[in-house]
Amino acid sequence: MIPTPQRFTPLQRALHWLMAVCILAMLFIGVGMVSTIAPKYLPLVAIHESLGTVILLLALIRLAVRWRYGAPALPADLPAPMKLAAELSHYILYALMIAMPLLGWAMLSCANYPVVLFGGLHLPMILPPSDSLHTLLWNAHFSLAFVFFALVLMHLAAALFHALVRHDGVFEAMAPELRSKSVRDRASP
Amino acid sequence: MSSPDRSPARVAVGPMVLIALVVGAAAAAFAYTAGWFSPERLTPDKVVDAFAPSAGPALGHRRNHVKGICFTGRFEANGEGVTLSDAPMFHAGQYSAIGRFNLATADINAADATVRVRGMGLQIAAPGGQLWRMAMIDSPFFTVSTPQALYGLVVASGSKDPDAMKTFAGTHPELAHFGAWARTAPWTGSYAEEPYNSLNSFVFTSASGAAHTVRWSLLPSAQPIPVPPDELAKRAPDFLEREIAERIKAGPLRWTLVIRVADGADPTADPSQEWPRNRRAVDVGTLVVQAIEPEANGPCRDINYDPTVLPTGISTSDDPFPAARSSAYRRSFDLRTAEAAHYPATPSEATP
Repeated sequence: MIPTPQRFTPLQRALHWLMAVCILAMLFIGVGMVSTIAPKYLPLVAIHESLGTVILLLALIRLAVRWRYGAPALPADLPAPMKLAAELSHYILYALMIAMPLLGWAMLSCANYPVVLFGGLHLPMILPPSDSLHTLLWNAHFSLAFVFFALVLMHLAAALFHALVRHDGVFEAMAPELRSKSVRDRASP
Repeated sequence: MSSPDRSPARVAVGPMVLIALVVGAAAAAFAYTAGWFSPERLTPDKVVDAFAPSAGPALGHRRNHVKGICFTGRFEANGEGVTLSDAPMFHAGQYSAIGRFNLATADINAADATVRVRGMGLQIAAPGGQLWRMAMIDSPFFTVSTPQALYGLVVASGSKDPDAMKTFAGTHPELAHFGAWARTAPWTGSYAEEPYNSLNSFVFTSASGAAHTVRWSLLPSAQPIPVPPDELAKRAPDFLEREIAERIKAGPLRWTLVIRVADGADPTADPSQEWPRNRRAVDVGTLVVQAIEPEANGPCRDINYDPTVLPTGISTSDDPFPAARSSAYRRSFDLRTAEAAHYPATPSEATP
């Protein structure tokens, strides 16, 4: 059996932090663009559509990388409810990273809106025009955005809890190199 | 920093407060971005709601330009457009078109003779999936200069305060210019006799990369026959739809698409101001309307004539309206598609 790694691989950590920035930007752009009629509405929508596609691709790569390299085990002394919350929230986060871009793309297809990425790349329609399906997908995309943001906040709170309260190495497992080096230096004098 | 005899629970208070602050700040930033702390922000919901008539919006229908009828046809490009824009539909050839004649009112029960402004939504499709959508009206310039002013106008015109319109007109002198057009321009008895103007400016970019700010007009080949409004008031409340459905039986209807190119100092950001008449005008082709269909089950029903759906070679300019229209049109589309059950698509054999 392969020994359980102590930390995520550098590739996994890079993907995590890159996607963290992308997803936060995406959520803020999303709620910002639907609440304005100012000229910035158009670039915000354009970025939302392009970035959404980037997130979908990154999420699929990340899932493959996770499947290949696994993840460090949670601390043995972590209480069972926290362990369950950690595992469940990660399944949902992965599901949302993949589902949200697909829902958005499908929703635009049902509304007969062309999806143009990076100013020129036309995505094909993945569903035929449909009022009822558009409404269903729109509602899902909109509601799940708030679920996604709530989960991101929970994830952030839990990460800080591990880093600042429990000091159990869970945060360090995903932390960028700078921080983890200092932790390692302290851990092995 | 911590003494060894402190209990773990007490040690955790500082970090827990910090965590709560970080999470709270993130949530507050999100709420701020969503506009929850900015009641003065002009949102698409606010704009769309302002258009609703006092009796409430017609569920399942567009929130403005609510009365309309579909048409299908083609755009015949003569090839001249490529000097201005690399859009695929400017290369000589024929491109399918789906459009909608409509009235600039949010009241679905308004009689045709009571609505001063008539419009056309148009989608021209190029092979390969590129689309050019536009929504034009027959006035030569717009009522006001900015989307904020349009919102103010809609609110004022729906206000119970008898002085609201006077107050608004006092601070928006451009409205008087539009008022003069509305009072003096002749009315006609047909959608076929109207010109349809983009009013907003857009940027055309040619294959060589040269950019020009332009506006465009569809000029009717049908001779406009002025009809006094009193005369129109005697006609059926939907005489425009009846007339166009009847007229098409005699043959296709045509409009010439003319692109007008701005000169350096022309007001490209303000659709309430016309450009001088002597600006370069390029005739780029002909819109041929071949068939008329009722909207309920017609091909235009599911199209949002969002003027920012543009092919390569055409982009938005410094005119703030297309972005505002796109945002509000999407809101209108989201609402009406969710209410589609209120506007059943009657089977074609049941329609007159």
